[in-house]
Amino acid sequence: METCHQTRNPFSDAESPAVGVTLEHVSKNFGSLMVLKDISLTVEPGEIFVLMGPSGSGKSVLLKHIVGLELPTSGKVTVAGHDASDPATRGKVRMALVFQAGALFNSLSVYDNLALYLREHRIATEAGIREKVMRALQILSLENTARKSPSDLSGGMRKRVAIARALVQEPQLMLYDEPTSELDPVMSATISEIIATLKDEYRVTSFVVSHDRSLALSIANRVGILMGGRLLTVAPPAELRDPQDPVIADFLNPHIDVKNPRFKQLES
Amino acid sequence: MKQLIAILEGIGGTLRLLVRAVAFAPTLPRQLPRFMEQCYQIGYTTLPIVSILSFFIGGVLALQAGYSMESFGAKEFIGSLVGLSMARELGPMMVAILLAGRVGSAIAAELASMKVYQEVDALVTMNIPPERILVLPRLAAVIVMMPVLTIIANLVGWFGGAIVAHSVDFIALEPEKYFETLRRFTKFEDVANGLIKAEVFGFVVVLICCSIGLNTRGGPREIGAAVTKAVVVSLILILVLDYFLTQSLL
Ligand SMILES: Nc1ncnc2c1ncn2[C@@H]1O[C@H](COP(=O)(O)OP(=O)(O)O)[C@@H](O)[C@H]1O
Ligand SMILES: [Mg+2]
Repeated sequence: METCHQTRNPFSDAESPAVGVTLEHVSKNFGSLMVLKDISLTVEPGEIFVLMGPSGSGKSVLLKHIVGLELPTSGKVTVAGHDASDPATRGKVRMALVFQAGALFNSLSVYDNLALYLREHRIATEAGIREKVMRALQILSLENTARKSPSDLSGGMRKRVAIARALVQEPQLMLYDEPTSELDPVMSATISEIIATLKDEYRVTSFVVSHDRSLALSIANRVGILMGGRLLTVAPPAELRDPQDPVIADFLNPHIDVKNPRFKQLES
Repeated sequence: MKQLIAILEGIGGTLRLLVRAVAFAPTLPRQLPRFMEQCYQIGYTTLPIVSILSFFIGGVLALQAGYSMESFGAKEFIGSLVGLSMARELGPMMVAILLAGRVGSAIAAELASMKVYQEVDALVTMNIPPERILVLPRLAAVIVMMPVLTIIANLVGWFGGAIVAHSVDFIALEPEKYFETLRRFTKFEDVANGLIKAEVFGFVVVLICCSIGLNTRGGPREIGAAVTKAVVVSLILILVLDYFLTQSLL
């Protein structure tokens, strides 16, 4: 059996095929606002794909298309060969999305936030659930928050709880919306390591939206750059250390020029 | 024209929500704790105010009846008037209005906030249908709690009427006579009639408030707007439905 085409379940060691994602000529309009413009992209099974781009460029909207929360105006999104806009796909492929703002269930404790998925899908007994939940909390150094309410946590902690909640779903495809924003550098590094470990040991496909250059350059297999709803380039991280395109170069390595500030350029 | 389309869309969306929620009915036994929690919420938040208001409505009915019937010496029929009005009309109506104000608004606020803060989206991506865990337990709970609340409202209202009729000087009707006519004229059908109404009102209020809450779009400001809309639509529907139900149950 070719292990590189299998995902191993982090908790149960069960194996299932690694999943890929394809976008074919995807466009999305909100009324007259064109947010995504003719995007074609393939994410290979088991790879870490990092999508970078200025805020407002449509990264979150693109992520929502992959899990079927938004439907394309034209074009098609498939996950492991299944149409992402079909609700049944969520029952066929285990996908987890880490929302930008966490989207934790405010009426539930941190523990119950993590346990909900396992309980609703009757994946384990309460004892089994406890083990999985505590393990995921431990990975993100959150053991002491189990009984707390999400509203009592800091922004960074909520982010980590959201990641832990995605981990217990034992996904084949993990989608992260800016997982390291609001985190300190050490915790950001931990998140990068988690993403890399999920790939190396469990062949989990990861789609990461991030502004974090060090994350992108250290763990990504490929990096895409989205600007104004267009996918400008997709390249291995090595090529982005020294980009040729001035627009991309300016986005990745913005040069702070006090003598000739950008906001003055914008004003004129 | 735009508004008409919005209203039709709202009705369509609400019916779809109902069908989806009902389709998950077999999961209800597994959701017993959630169902119990909702029963508690509905009962706990409305029972005290239902009791207080029923008492006074029964009392006012007795006063008005006493005032108008005393002149032609028919005051022992106060019991029948209070009994029938509470059972057929005011009990169910008042419980439904209080339900809209206390429970419906809370449901709309909670679901709207879950929608705005993407908790609903999170459920969807976890393949946990929101209709199953957010809507179904509430609908089931209101079906169970409405008759209970309405019967309590009727009883308290009847006793309120009795106490007022007895203690107000110009009426001074003995409770035995009051309850004698109440029992003679208020039939089981009248009470059952009211319970059917209450059941319909309660179900519609909860369904509407769930639907409006879950269809909230935009930012946190929209939560308040959703609550207002849910309560207003509920109240209008209670009154309109009341007319048609009364007519068809006559
Ligand atoms: N549901 C929506 N309705 C209308 N406009 C939206 C919606 N979601 C996002 N947008 C718009 O799409 C653009 C891209 O948003 P988003 O994907 O969140 O950007 P980012 O790249 O920062 O994640 C923004 O201009 C935003 O206002
Ligand atoms: Mg975003």
